[in-house]
Amino acid sequence: MYDIEQIRRDFPILSVSINGHPNTFLDTAASAQKPQCVIDAVSQTYANSYANVHRGAYYLSEEMTVKYEQARAKVRKFLNAASEHEIVFTRNATEALNLVAYSWGRKFLKPGDEVLISQAEHHANLIPWQILRDEIGIKLQIFKIADDGSYVADEFLGLLSEKTKLVSVTAMSNVLGTVFPIADMVKAAHRVGALFMVDACQYAAHRKIDVQDWDCDFLAFSGHKTYGPSGIGVLYGKMSLLEQMPPYQVGGDMVDTVSYDHTTYALPPARFEAGTPAMVDAIGLGVALDYLQNLGWDNLCAHEEELIAYTNAKLQEIPGLKIIGTAADKGGVFSFDLNGIHAQDVAFILDKEGVAVRTGHHCAEPLIKRMGYTSLARASLGLYTSHQDIDRFVNALQKTQSFF
Amino acid sequence: MQIDELIENFELLEDWEDKYRYLIDLGAKLPPLPQELQSEEWKVSGCQSQVWLVPEVVMENGQKLLDFKGSSDAAIVKGIVAVVLSIFAHKTPAEIKEIAVENIFAKLGLSEHLSPSRRNGLSAMTDKIRYYAEVL
Ligand SMILES: Cc1ncc(COP(=O)(O)O)c(C=O)c1O
Repeated sequence: MYDIEQIRRDFPILSVSINGHPNTFLDTAASAQKPQCVIDAVSQTYANSYANVHRGAYYLSEEMTVKYEQARAKVRKFLNAASEHEIVFTRNATEALNLVAYSWGRKFLKPGDEVLISQAEHHANLIPWQILRDEIGIKLQIFKIADDGSYVADEFLGLLSEKTKLVSVTAMSNVLGTVFPIADMVKAAHRVGALFMVDACQYAAHRKIDVQDWDCDFLAFSGHKTYGPSGIGVLYGKMSLLEQMPPYQVGGDMVDTVSYDHTTYALPPARFEAGTPAMVDAIGLGVALDYLQNLGWDNLCAHEEELIAYTNAKLQEIPGLKIIGTAADKGGVFSFDLNGIHAQDVAFILDKEGVAVRTGHHCAEPLIKRMGYTSLARASLGLYTSHQDIDRFVNALQKTQSFF
Repeated sequence: MQIDELIENFELLEDWEDKYRYLIDLGAKLPPLPQELQSEEWKVSGCQSQVWLVPEVVMENGQKLLDFKGSSDAAIVKGIVAVVLSIFAHKTPAEIKEIAVENIFAKLGLSEHLSPSRRNGLSAMTDKIRYYAEVL
């Protein structure tokens, strides 16, 4: 049972009025709103149990350390990782992707090696590999997607070879919504001896992840997109890989012994968490993941699936509206072109009606170009999105058309 | 159109919808900017949409005056460009420096209608115009 009205009441910001209208927040793919329990966890931690972690031999520091590590345990459970030691806290998914490129990439990639990504990647899963290409002389291979945004197995398999050392692909596109068949892709990558990194930024907020089932080697997601605080993200890595990787940043809290001559580094995950971490945000993330899972994946997925179908049907009724990205398996992401009206004009008018959509290149400029645009408007759904939100969105789109 | 006339016209419009429709209309009536001027060289960075401003120096009675042509690929911003062009039309560099654009937009009743990103676009435009006034 999924009581949408009850759920919406958990998110205080949804009752804030925007330009005199109800808050129709359709930008969850950029960052999700926070339930009261997350807001409370963050403020209560500061109010009642704040101190630095892993340092002080005193009550508050101990308590904070326990809570921080409990948050790690919650992330382990959320991903079904084999061990908590495989969960590295980062600032966001971008940092997790950069960490792998910097630490694993610089150590293990040699000139001529290939990294394979899709055409649908966010800049965060493109630029780190471009830098390795320019610095190390690896080859960056990019497999094509279909015009409707679908995954094309032959395109992927066609570029996968013995030279491929790493495949790094988004599980759900932030522009097209396309869901990639990660489990199959991982199997194919492993057959040629390549590792597989999943950018689960979008996927993590919408569908259940099981890293052991996928058998992926690395995975990244951001707390702020999974209804948790900003400033916290996660890198999952198989222990056998993390162990071999050098630190990404160095400083306090990540060393074993230090002398002026030599430093030995702590085991993962501490090795990759130099300096004081975003510990309060990590605690908030743990609460957010509990909240998400307590809704029940089946309930959540059923709600979102139904709403996606509803949105699709409603949008298709609007003459002149074209949805960009219509793969059969897609998440609640609707990039669209409305009668060729500039995305920014659309967004300005929607905003006046209290409807929030994102515009621009969505940090995926080559993908937007590939789809034939320079800028797109995008509406994205979340666990709190209601039919009324979609109705208000559609009305606002019709109003927008009346201006042109 | 003179800026005073624009202010009068805007004063007659009551709600944001009418103002936006009028803005879009103003943009649509701008003389088309030749394709070759819609280039990187004349692009104003810091706007969400593409905006171009092209300065032109005219000498009148030994005095240097600036005029601008401009456009945008977005309709509402193009209207804003039209307003900005009216504000800065045929002014000396010293006058350009003095003009308080924010105040004029307040008078137009547009400032409360300008979202932060648009306001950035506006300030990017005026910064660019002031830059040209200084270097040309
Ligand atoms: C698919 C995808 N990857 C990576 C990112 C980067 O996330 P963050 O900015 O939280 O690091 C995003 C965020 O927009 C995304 O949608």
